[in-house]
Amino acid sequence: MQIDEEVAKLLQLKAQLGGDDGKHQFVLKTAKGTRDYNPKQMAIREKVFNTIIGCFKRHGAETIDTPVFELKETLTGKYGEDSKLIYDLKDQGGELLSLRYDLTVPFARYLAMNKITNIKRYHIAKVYRRDNPAMTRGRYREFYQCDFDIAGQYDAMIPDAECLKIVHEILSELDLGDFRIKVNDRRILDGMFAVCGVPDDKFRTICSTVDKLDKLPWEEVKKEMVNEKGLSEEAADQIGEYVSMQGGMDLAERLLQDQKMSQSKQACAGLSDIKLLFSYLQLFQVTDKASAEKVRTTEVQVMVASAQKNLLEEKLKLITELWNAGIKAEVMYKKNPKLLSQLQHCEESGIPLVAILGEQELKDGVVKLRVVATREEVQLIHNTHTVSLLAHGRMT
Amino acid sequence: MNMLGMFCIRACSGLVGCRTATRVRSLHSLPGITVAQIDEEVAKLLQLKAQLGGDDGKHQFVLKTAKGTRDYNPKQMAIREKVFNTIIGCFKRHGAETIDTPVFELKETLTGKYGEDSKLIYDLKDQGGELLSLRYDLTVPFARYLAMNKITNIKRYHIAKVYRRDNPAMTRGRYREFYQCDFDIAGQYDAMIPDAECLKIVHEILSELDLGDFRIKVNDRRILDGMFAVCGVPDDKFRTICSTVDKLDKLPWEEVKKEMVNEKGLSEEAADQIGEYVSMQGGMDLAERLLQDQKMSQSKQACAGLSDIKLLFSYLQLFQVTDKVVFDLSLARGLDYYTGIIYEAVLTQAGVAPVTTDAQNGAPSEESVSVGSVAGGGRYDGKCRVWASALASRGSSPSWSRKPRHIG
Repeated sequence: MQIDEEVAKLLQLKAQLGGDDGKHQFVLKTAKGTRDYNPKQMAIREKVFNTIIGCFKRHGAETIDTPVFELKETLTGKYGEDSKLIYDLKDQGGELLSLRYDLTVPFARYLAMNKITNIKRYHIAKVYRRDNPAMTRGRYREFYQCDFDIAGQYDAMIPDAECLKIVHEILSELDLGDFRIKVNDRRILDGMFAVCGVPDDKFRTICSTVDKLDKLPWEEVKKEMVNEKGLSEEAADQIGEYVSMQGGMDLAERLLQDQKMSQSKQACAGLSDIKLLFSYLQLFQVTDKASAEKVRTTEVQVMVASAQKNLLEEKLKLITELWNAGIKAEVMYKKNPKLLSQLQHCEESGIPLVAILGEQELKDGVVKLRVVATREEVQLIHNTHTVSLLAHGRMT
Repeated sequence: MNMLGMFCIRACSGLVGCRTATRVRSLHSLPGITVAQIDEEVAKLLQLKAQLGGDDGKHQFVLKTAKGTRDYNPKQMAIREKVFNTIIGCFKRHGAETIDTPVFELKETLTGKYGEDSKLIYDLKDQGGELLSLRYDLTVPFARYLAMNKITNIKRYHIAKVYRRDNPAMTRGRYREFYQCDFDIAGQYDAMIPDAECLKIVHEILSELDLGDFRIKVNDRRILDGMFAVCGVPDDKFRTICSTVDKLDKLPWEEVKKEMVNEKGLSEEAADQIGEYVSMQGGMDLAERLLQDQKMSQSKQACAGLSDIKLLFSYLQLFQVTDKVVFDLSLARGLDYYTGIIYEAVLTQAGVAPVTTDAQNGAPSEESVSVGSVAGGGRYDGKCRVWASALASRGSSPSWSRKPRHIG
């Protein structure tokens, strides 16, 4: 209240000064926390948005748009503590308005107004937050948010898996380097807190302390839990054991067997869903610890392989033809490798095509060309024409 | 899903009980009730509502967008995307680049730029920081961008939403948040080439958007002013007579003349002389005729404008767009800041009955029904001077050709 008083006094003074000085000099600038985009920045932005939107469209999403301001009451009570960061419009005699703080509340309003229950929508637009500059120096007050939401009742984890597939696709296509997508579940967290002896009423506050682990080391986080949030050291240590765990479906399975964790029905429900999620993610090909778009270290285009024994000579003849035509090819340094091993090598190295020789094929004068990723196969006549077609990349 | 479910329940309960609105509606239906009485009743109800709002924690409210704004559903977005792609494709074809600016500006950046319209600006609440306002158009932000970055030459387009607190009683159905699509060429260039390109772009876009037949009316501020001068309009009445002439697209000549004489104090003789000119439409031929016109040729200003119109039409012929362009002396676009040619594109409804088929000289000038303006613009020189002096920079005043358009 004292601060409000002081601010009011200063505003009054400012108004007086503003009134007297007719030749008010002003510096040309954008508002604090906002900026212009020059043509180069716009070109980059366009490219990035096209990539992102292309991915959303590929997944069958539609888009909507909402006004930049909402009725103040629409936003009231939705953002808790952050409500003080909302930009209000001046009361000019009409409705009280505020600039949108995110795209989620407008989305919820849109669904309710139009009585929509099922939708898969994306929305890319600017949102507005009056961040306190002392706290968050350099942060923008006007910035883009890119939301993708699936609303509706569906079978468990399928839409969730698709969302992760989309994140994976976008981050891969944007070429930002390697990335990881961390996954957890609120029910597992709450279950973990419960079995570690955290009192119910401390769940949320302990949760926000755990959240700081991405910036602070465990010792600091533990200190905050014990000293500031009043947690017992024993409970903190137990939490410490769990939050250091990372893995895949295997971790979910282990935890379902965990003596302590399995006591929480909540946690078990979450863990089962995590298992289900990972099974879908495997089908979506996004479970690799490295990103699915493997960074290849070689550029081999065709693996020359054999389906039976004693075909080394034929393989070497074929690979010579390929090399002479300028095709990047490889053959295993083994007289009689198993077909499976050769195919496995293709997958590990990311070789897209494999030419498979077999006794029947040799008699027929053909070569089987297989796409490693899809296992589609074509039979090609083994002659110079085929080789040159392959060389010019016409086989893909 | 659960969070959204909760929100929906809260929202639906807010839809019940619109008692306030019902009471006011019933008042309107009472015979003999005055506006003042209605206002009184509304005030009482608002007071009551405020009390209820304070006491009643379960404050009911109706879910809606702010007045004058609307959501775009997926179908509308698909159409919008298609339209924007067409427009942007055309701009890019002509070598334009794009910029973006924030949705709000420092209030002082917008102060003093819009004259009477300033009262339509949305201000942000003073929350202890800078005083801000939502942008009213894309031109002032553009001028600021040029000044801040010391840019003199640029060909840029900018498609973005702007905000105007239109008085709903005056302009029912008008949006308060709407898209503007600006295309501007800034810099010093040889006369009329950029202007002709702007018209070429308007022609291309309106053709590609398949909105039906259209006309682009062209005039020149100097011709208007020269015409007023030779018709005996006092200097200090130029602007006000101009805005009266501007009403010819909505009112018949008799009404417009009445306003000139009765409200603006013009002599009937002067009004009649103006009436003769403003009924003229044509192409290059009209410009040539007026250069020979005994009265008009007395004005150096008008002659300069007429020469530029001739030059413009010669370029338009090369651009192959004269079929839709008309030199129309009644065009007097409202904005003050145009200093040279002005133009406005309108959609026509009925079929065209050409009076002259000489495509070289301009579009057939016939009676065609206008459905409303879809694009407009003109040349303005010297606008950046306002900021050039504030920055103490060299005062080269760029001349601009612009083409702003409202997309609903």
